[in-house]
Amino acid sequence: MGASRGARGSGVIYEVFRLERKGQPFQHAGSIEAPDAVFAEWYAREQYGRRGESVALWVVPREAIAEIDEFVDELERNYHRVDGYPLKEKLKEARERAGTAAAGDR
Amino acid sequence: MSERAQLLLEIADDELILGWRNSEWTGIAPFLEEDVAFSSIAQNEIGHARALYELVARDLGTTADELAFDRRPDEYQSSPFVELRLVPDWARTIARHYLYETADEQRIKALVESDDPEVAGLAAKIDREEAYHRMHAQMWYDRLKDEPRFVEALEELQPLVMERGEHIAEFADLWDEMTMVRRSVVGATW
Repeated sequence: MGASRGARGSGVIYEVFRLERKGQPFQHAGSIEAPDAVFAEWYAREQYGRRGESVALWVVPREAIAEIDEFVDELERNYHRVDGYPLKEKLKEARERAGTAAAGDR
Repeated sequence: MSERAQLLLEIADDELILGWRNSEWTGIAPFLEEDVAFSSIAQNEIGHARALYELVARDLGTTADELAFDRRPDEYQSSPFVELRLVPDWARTIARHYLYETADEQRIKALVESDDPEVAGLAAKIDREEAYHRMHAQMWYDRLKDEPRFVEALEELQPLVMERGEHIAEFADLWDEMTMVRRSVVGATW
């Protein structure tokens, strides 16, 4: 859409989430622009539901979503992070110590 | 031709030609989301035409493709109302869409009540899809109902709704384009 995006601008952006199968979490499907909620529902149904790919949709004005995109970590407490513990390496070392390393590990 | 074949052919031709006309908006509708929606409606209409042609084709011992593409222009039963080429006038396009869906609803609902189980069954299927077309037409109607251009378009088109008679001049070009592949490659299939 690129350049034409600015020329439109009269609508509201809605984020659409879809449920593929009951029991699964809703996942972000994409966004649509529509003049109001009635149009948004119709367009969401058309773009994310008409091929049987969803059993339910959430259609939410983007404005209604609280976005958080700052995560302060002044003291570099990286032990809080989930990526602070490279399990694969440690597992390999443990296997070597135990003499049970899998062929692919060497 | 039986009365049933005649009636179904009229509806099928309306759906095919309107689907064709609506598909002329593909790529140039007012905005992307509407482009997808309106193209999808056009596709549905052509799908309805196909289902109706298939039913008629069995009665007449022919095929849906032959009915859709191998007849002479004067053999099509479509209303001049659906033949009008309205691109690039969105107000008139939506006015026709709204008027057509309103009139088509009466026609399809009558078929749903038919004693003929094949006709009633197909009409019920078609009506379930048309319900979404009517919602689409209604939301546009609600949005544009105070726009002078739209009001004018409704007034202009209202008297033409489902009129039968001579094809309009523009129909010749539509027919030419629509049947081109079949005429250039005899027996072409999709």
